[in-house]
Order: sequence, then structure tokens, then C-alpha cells
Amino acid sequence: MNIVVCVKQVPDTTQVRIHAETNTLIREGIPSIVNPYDVHAVEAAVAVKESVGGHVTAITMGPPQAREALKETISLGADDAVLISDRAFAGSDTLATGYILSEAIRKLHGESPIDLIICGKQSIDGDTAQVGPGIAQRLGFTQLTYVIKIREIDVPARRIVVERQLERGHQVVEGQLPALLTVVKEMNEVRYAPLPNLIKAAKYEPRLFDLESLGLDRSLIGLKGSPTTVRRIFAPAPRAGGEIIADGSKTAAEAAALLIEKLQAEKLL
Amino acid sequence: MTEHVTESTIEYKDVWIFVEQESGQINPVAFELLGEGRRLADDLGQKLAAVILGEAIDKLAGDIFARGADKVIIVDDPVLKDYRTYPYCAALVELSEKYHPQVLLMGATILGRDLASAVATEMRTGLTADCTELGIDPETKLLTQTRPAFGGNVMATILCKQVRPQMSTVRPRVFKLPPADCDRAGELINETMALSEDEVPTKVLEFTAHTSHSNVEIETADVIVAGGRGLGGEEGFELLKKLADALGGEVAASRPPVEMGWVTSDRQIGQTGKTVRPKLYVAVGISGAVQHAVGMQGSDIIVAINKDPEAPIFKLATYGIVGNLFEVVPALIEALAGVVRTSGDLSCETVENDG
Repeated sequence: MNIVVCVKQVPDTTQVRIHAETNTLIREGIPSIVNPYDVHAVEAAVAVKESVGGHVTAITMGPPQAREALKETISLGADDAVLISDRAFAGSDTLATGYILSEAIRKLHGESPIDLIICGKQSIDGDTAQVGPGIAQRLGFTQLTYVIKIREIDVPARRIVVERQLERGHQVVEGQLPALLTVVKEMNEVRYAPLPNLIKAAKYEPRLFDLESLGLDRSLIGLKGSPTTVRRIFAPAPRAGGEIIADGSKTAAEAAALLIEKLQAEKLL
Repeated sequence: MTEHVTESTIEYKDVWIFVEQESGQINPVAFELLGEGRRLADDLGQKLAAVILGEAIDKLAGDIFARGADKVIIVDDPVLKDYRTYPYCAALVELSEKYHPQVLLMGATILGRDLASAVATEMRTGLTADCTELGIDPETKLLTQTRPAFGGNVMATILCKQVRPQMSTVRPRVFKLPPADCDRAGELINETMALSEDEVPTKVLEFTAHTSHSNVEIETADVIVAGGRGLGGEEGFELLKKLADALGGEVAASRPPVEMGWVTSDRQIGQTGKTVRPKLYVAVGISGAVQHAVGMQGSDIIVAINKDPEAPIFKLATYGIVGNLFEVVPALIEALAGVVRTSGDLSCETVENDG
């Protein structure tokens, strides 16, 4: 089975802070990580390869430092990796990003047909969950999102059966290959990378696909290729003032009594 | 499918709401969107239309008119019985190319998030996910789409200037449910679908609902008691359950307790979890980082209990208690035992007592 995993290098948004005075993002010193859901996607791809045999290629669209994210995919077990990078890609929204990634996959498909694409359910910086489905649509791959388990893969029959995590339960869906999956964290536990993988990753240099090597239509990439534009960015408005009804000086019992008074006044009790 | 192109010669009009339904039950997010859509359509001086896909769904039109739609477009076909990306995307794109809506809104539910980008990509149009605010710019008449970004650390207002329809998804309970006017009527349009089952690449084999102990509808709870890292473990959550019971609410959590396995992921609130707007949200041992805040800051009353006076949660809280939760929570449970609860306390109607 020929598998492609899409990963994204993102700032660790759990550590991003807003500067108290200027209301701007403090990005200095924030580590870059592989998007957590994408790590589970790599793990899932490697598990499929171990189960039915095949090859796992990780790809990422990003600036040159995104090659660090690709090294991590090698340490997790990907066989090779491709960096999709070009200044002209900057400013791409999800539609343009989906175009670029799907063209990169199309190029790989031309070298060796791809059976399965696995993505994380969303990135933690954009949070849109839009790129995976966008790629599926462009390539005509069967789209299966929120996958929590791959139950069955029948390569000769071109059939995959997955379990999807819906709001009120689990759904089992059968789909035709080739397919694109987006996966949730509960899909798997990420294993520690064995030493040989770490050694391979340290020395690994990914292939590079750029604007020219992909033969992309310039009007479909970057700002030009993005139907959405950001009009403005601002800090979220703080909630209207509250009060600390008990600081350290009151006893727990006093604090509890005060709170109950307040809740009764709000007609919540 | 021929390449969709937004043409300047076509008149794009009306606000469309995709009405999500499952087994004949409309997801309430669709009603919330109809309420907001009504406002947008009025600002645009255009109509509000709803699109509903499925099988045996014609009886649902009345509820949709009741919540403000001027038009309801129904596609009733066996191939649409269970939601699947392929037929739903095909139907919506076909209808969109026939009628040319200005705006298309969907709930950011799992179904909506599966469908929206597929549709937007097919139509080569812009899509903004998880909008918390929508508006019509008075000058340009463009849809202004505001959403959190960077894990909720900033808000961004997005525009889709040239391509149509302008698409957005909105999470459940971001907008309020509009009242229902059951006498309201409108234009019903029945459309058909020329897609055979053989053309669809997926089949739904089975569905297993969560068992009751794990099936928690925290999204609809009026009272939520949520715990964070400060709870220290499962035992901390057992304490929280007693508080939740005393208040008549549900237990929830921020991300760390879920990651550590103290509580199941269906109780997670925040950027990568659920969004809730209960009447009362009690945050216990939760620092209040933005990733959590985006999931609960719409709550009516927020109470925070945390030993750190600098915790960001206190900026969100209506009432804050700085203290040791392992002392405050038991004290609260004890004090609540002595409180006479008014009947129908959390509902909108007041009950008149006889003598």
C-alpha cells in the first residue's frame, strides 16, 4: 500500500500568549511542533504499513524550517518525506493550500499510485479542518473524516472499513480506495521512536517540491489564489468585569456561603 | 463536474442555511443559524432560504419556516438517507449552481465540518470555519466573518470578496435559538437528485450510540461544573461530581484531565473539545487559558475556584474564589445541602405556588 501522510509544522499554541500591553501575539521562543493530530496520522500510516505492507511518505507545505517536522515523521517511521516549499506559497488560505498539496500528491501518484492519504483532523493554529477534505475533493479520493479506527483494509478489493467518532456514537463506514482519512487523537498512542529511526531522521534530507517542479498555476496559489482574506486581527474582548468574592482571607465555609448568596440572587438556585 | 467559476454577470442573492438533520430530527444548530441568517438577509435586503437533504423529510419544512426561512428547498431521495460526503456535496453544489446564493452557512458539527470544505473546494470558494460573529458590512455588503485563530489567542475578521457563495460554519450554541412562529409559511421548492447509489463510494454499515454512562450531553446542560489540572486525579473528579449533583449539573473538563485519562474526552470543553453556553459554569482548578476559554466564555454566569489569584480564569469569572478547591468544594457541597431549591429554577417560566 502506498500511503501519504500530510503534516504541518505549527507553533505550540498552548504556549502562545498575548502581550498584556500591546495585545499582540508573543511568538518569540514559542517552540514549533508537528501538529499533534498529524503525529497520530503518521502513527496510523505506519501501523497500516506494518499490517498490509507498503510505503509511507510524509509531506508538508511550509517554510524551509518545516523540514524539522519531516525529520520527526522519519523518526516515527515514515519511509521518506517531501518538503513543499516556495516563497510564492506564502499567504495561501485553505483553498490554495489544498490545491498545492493535492498537486504535490498528484506528482507522487504519477511516480507510484497512492492508495491512502492520512491527515490529522485539524491543525492547532488554523483549526479549520478544511485542508484534508479539500485534497480529497480535488483528487477524487473517498473522504472519511474523524476516523478513530481502521477496521479493515482489503487492498485487492480496493476496500477500506473505518470507524468514525461522531458526537453521539461511533459509525462504521465502508469506502472505496483510494481514500483520504482524517484522524482523531483517540486513534492510537504514539510510540517512542526506536534508535535506528532517530539515527535515520537525524541524517535525513527530504525531497523538495517547489513552484516550478510542480508546474503550478500562479493564479491559484498564495494571496492571489485565496478567495478569503483577513480584514483584521484583534485581541478577543475581555468579559465584562467580575468580582473576587473571596480571596485567601476568607475561610472555605465563608466563601461557600457568599457564593450561594450570589447564585440565589442570580436565580440560579 | 465542470469547473465552478464565479461570474460577475450572475446575480448572486439570498442567504442560505444548510439544515442538518438525522433520522428526521433537525439539529438545533440549524435553527440557531436561521435566526442569525434572518438578520443577515434583512441587512442585505434579500431572502432567507434553507436547504434540507435526506429521505422522508418533507414534514420538516414547517419547523424551518417557523424559525424564519422564506424558502425551503428540499431534496428527498433514498441516496440521501444517511449522511455521506459524496451525495450531500453533489446535491448542495448542484443547487448552489442553479440558484446562486450569496451566502451559505452550515453548523460546524462533525457532519458540517465533513461537508463544508468538500462543498467549498468543489465551488472553488472561500470558507471560514467556526465563526463566532457574522455581519454585513454596510458599505461593501460583504459578509464579515469573525473567528478565533491561533488556538483562540486572537480573533480574525475574514472576507470573501469575489467568489460566491461566501461560506461559513458556526458551532452549535454560538448563536441563540430564535423563537418559533408556527403560523409562518413560505415557499416550498422540491428538487430532485440524479445520482444513483452505485456512484457513491461509501456505505454506512452500522452506528453504535455511546452507552449512557459515557453519553453525556454537556452541550445542553444548564449547569456545568468543570475541572482542570488542579483536580490532581480521578478522585478530584469524584468530588466534582458531588458538586455537580448538588447543583443539578454535568461534569466537564479542560484538556489536561482528558489527556491524563481522569475523565472521558466527551466531557472536554475548549478549542479542541466542545463549546458550551450554560446558565452557570463553575471552573474548578482550571487556569483559564484561551484554548479553554473559547469553549465556555459564552456562559451566562462563570464561577472560578482556583488557588492562584493570577490565574486568567479570574478575568472571565463573574464570581471568583481564591482558595484551595479541596476545601472550598466540600464546603460548597455541604452548604448547598441546606439550600431550598426553587422549583423550575433554571427554566424561563416561573411557577406560581398555591398558598
